[in-house]
Amino acid sequence: MSVLLSVKYFLPEIALTGFAVAVLLLGLFIKKRMVLGPFCLLGILCAVLLMPQSYKATSPLFSGMLINDSFSEFFKEIVFLVAGLVILVSMGYRVFSDEDAGEYYFLLLAVSVAMMIAASSNNLMMIYIALEAVSLISYILVGFLKRDRHSSEAGLKYFLFGALATGVMLYGISFIYGLFGTTDLAVISQLLAAGNVNIFASTISLLLILAGLSFKCALVPFHMWVPDAYQGAPTPITAFISAGPKAIGFAILIRVFLKNFFPLFPAWSELVSVIAIITMTAGNILAINQEDIKRMLAYSSIAQAGYILIGFVVGTALGIQGMMFYILAYVLMNIGAFGCVVLISNGLKSDRIEEYSGLSKREPVLAFLLAVFLLSLAGIPPLAGFFGKFLVFAAAIQSRYYILAIAAVANSVLAVYYYVKVIKFMYLDEPRAGTPVSARPVFGATGSMAVKLALIIALAGILVAGLFPGLFIGWISASLL
Amino acid sequence: MPFPLLTSIIFLPLLGGLLILFTPKERTGTIKAIATAATGLALLLAVALVLKFDCGNTAMQFSEKMPWINAGQMNVNYHLGVDGISIGLVFLSALLGFFACIGSYGIKERQKEYYFLYLLLNTGLLGTFLALDLFLFYVFWEIVLVPMYFLIGIWGGPRKEYAAIKFFIYTLAGSVFMLLSILALYFTSNPHTFSMLELANSGSTLARGFQIALFVGFYLAFAIKVPVFPFHTWLPDAHVEAPTPISVLLAGVLLKMGGYGFFRISFPILKDAAIYFALPFAILGLINIVYGAFVAMAQTDFKKMVAYSSVSHMGFVMLGLASMTVTGFNGALMQMFNHGVITGGMFLLVGVLYDRAHTRDLDKFGGLGVKMPVYAGILTVFTLASLGLPGLSGFVSEFMSLMGGFAAFRLITIISVLGMVITAGYFLYMIQRVLLGPFNQKWSNITDISRREVFTLAPLMTLMIAIGVYPLLILNFQSPAIINLIQHIGGKLF
Repeated sequence: MSVLLSVKYFLPEIALTGFAVAVLLLGLFIKKRMVLGPFCLLGILCAVLLMPQSYKATSPLFSGMLINDSFSEFFKEIVFLVAGLVILVSMGYRVFSDEDAGEYYFLLLAVSVAMMIAASSNNLMMIYIALEAVSLISYILVGFLKRDRHSSEAGLKYFLFGALATGVMLYGISFIYGLFGTTDLAVISQLLAAGNVNIFASTISLLLILAGLSFKCALVPFHMWVPDAYQGAPTPITAFISAGPKAIGFAILIRVFLKNFFPLFPAWSELVSVIAIITMTAGNILAINQEDIKRMLAYSSIAQAGYILIGFVVGTALGIQGMMFYILAYVLMNIGAFGCVVLISNGLKSDRIEEYSGLSKREPVLAFLLAVFLLSLAGIPPLAGFFGKFLVFAAAIQSRYYILAIAAVANSVLAVYYYVKVIKFMYLDEPRAGTPVSARPVFGATGSMAVKLALIIALAGILVAGLFPGLFIGWISASLL
Repeated sequence: MPFPLLTSIIFLPLLGGLLILFTPKERTGTIKAIATAATGLALLLAVALVLKFDCGNTAMQFSEKMPWINAGQMNVNYHLGVDGISIGLVFLSALLGFFACIGSYGIKERQKEYYFLYLLLNTGLLGTFLALDLFLFYVFWEIVLVPMYFLIGIWGGPRKEYAAIKFFIYTLAGSVFMLLSILALYFTSNPHTFSMLELANSGSTLARGFQIALFVGFYLAFAIKVPVFPFHTWLPDAHVEAPTPISVLLAGVLLKMGGYGFFRISFPILKDAAIYFALPFAILGLINIVYGAFVAMAQTDFKKMVAYSSVSHMGFVMLGLASMTVTGFNGALMQMFNHGVITGGMFLLVGVLYDRAHTRDLDKFGGLGVKMPVYAGILTVFTLASLGLPGLSGFVSEFMSLMGGFAAFRLITIISVLGMVITAGYFLYMIQRVLLGPFNQKWSNITDISRREVFTLAPLMTLMIAIGVYPLLILNFQSPAIINLIQHIGGKLF
């Protein structure tokens, strides 16, 4: 489809970009996040409402650069979910000053647009550009607290690792171009289907692309940036980078590897299964001894990526379904957990797990919510995290990846230890002497209400997706590639 | 649609728990009333279930089935049902759930949370025994873990945190392997199904080697719950640290989940593997019986002694199962029920003493029979039942397990009988140290058992004596189902 014709199927992205620019301008005059936040939510709502229209496109947009298939629709909805929740959570984050609110929300909406484009990209160059846009904005957001040394350090580290990873990825794409004479995934998959390709060379270049995407998904050995970036970043942004870019990274992994390069599946699936096992094991073992909850959740999210990767290794329809369901559950529970951390740190002024002692007495509701999110991350039924694990394990068993399945369940037992450790501090231990009796005097009451709204949405999502997963699986299996 | 009796039994406690969540925490009276009403109603419905149960019918009764997750490649049903194997355990769970709830009135801290978790635990336990879909079964099985963790961890003794996390990790480690076996069963059945009943028919078509692998997966989950040596080490810790009512449910109901799993899942579905593992089961049963009894004898902590006696008693379940005979199976299943009643009562009795003396050290008592005559009488009856005195229920089931075992494994059974002697030894030694001998002046202010406490113990005692005198009371319910099961597996109709 030509550029002009494509525009009317590109309206959600355009609308969101419009809102992003508007919020930047508004931010010059109204320096209040309580105004700008809801304005951004309105933008997201507009984009959501425009979605059905844009999915009437019958052929790829912009000369094959983007494709509006139901697979990308699923991930765009995930982007809206992530962006909406993070906007809400940001409204209650104590550390921000209202001074920068316009800039901050502009960046959040802009990165959402970039993620939407990435979800739809059907051309390696487009994928690269969209991912690079996501990355660049993420670096700024991670280092957004300009006067905080940890935040700046986190931003710099994230940037250095990211630059290297995307460089490697671009290198791989250049090889692909050399081999196939195009970066259009649709054309490449036709060429692959016809046979007549150098399997060895294309596998090598594919692995270079995998390296770049591993950085986004935080897979071992490209996970080094995660703990520092997660810990140093403003907590709402930690929630965001743990959910959004990761989900998009997996979406692109599925699109490139399982859809278009599927004929080469046997060449890389074993390697990736080793990566999956190492990723979850390393994440879980390193999480055990963490004393800072953000750092602990950082390692936990590395481990979670390892579980999601199981579906990828298996590569069957059930495997992809499992990945998509898991990503949905993961987004809800991870943002939920970080949202709790935001509210708790507003009162405690600390992210140390020890300081959570006796939290259930001071903040029963928050402690309960965090406990539910952690139990869901640990995979306890009937919460959504359990069903996500169940689906990827099922995919592994169905395709007889027994070792992978056993490694995964052993890991999920290991993981319970550190998730439950936080619960132990909150519920089993007495409040420490010296910590404030109540965490009440938090930053602005309306701000906390916004975070709580986000938490309630996440909780409801986890419960519904856990108790009635059929509702979501129907939707997911309709949007398989 | 008929009245969903089984669903009501399972979810009444949870409903009560949700009501409690919306009750202000200062209104402890209301909270207790809700909890008692919810467990009481569940018990009443369980009694109705027992009364309406058709003993001669070996099929599932009061079945409820509807699709739950039916999308993509997943086909999960909400499927409940009760037969001769589960009815005793359902009744036991409801019974102990109610009386342990009354026994919880002594808990004074954080009552709202306590009763909410307690009721959630009850829902999990009842659901485990009534689920006929493996996915549903697994969900209930895991739901038990979380409230148990909190109940031990918050209201437990000095080492509660250690005991609670050990319990959690240990049982979870077992059950995740069960999950893999469940999935493997699902994908090897055609059409794919989680239904225990359908799998019981199709499971035997699997290759024996594959059955054995799946059996091991289930075994890890069940053996840890039973607990079978060497997976028993979580049990003494959990028991000693748990508050009394929770110990009652742990010993009385939770341990039965493992044995029930063998009866409902491992044996009927993977029968070739079950036959293959008969000898190891018998040997493990023997180790449990004798080793558990010896370790119990060495204890000075009253609760720990009863905990190890549980290990020993559960050995009879393993031995009965290994025998592959009707008598042995009947004994094993009945032993689970009887052990629940007797040991549940024993833990209540330990709690009675601990509430007054604040110690459980057996060597610190002495001559209490003088000051607490009623308590002494009740404790003696329960002790005698536990050590297998004829006329009381424990004897019947242990005897049947041994009789079944003797038909299959002579030498092992002969050595196992020694366990009963050792059991008599440590229980009588306990009676001697606590009730007899010179009166320890330290306890001159101790009061006898209260009426509320007697009220919780009396029904258990009645059951114990009734079954001891007239075992058909329970055999009538379970025997047809057991015969059916043995025929299905191909064991001896002895």
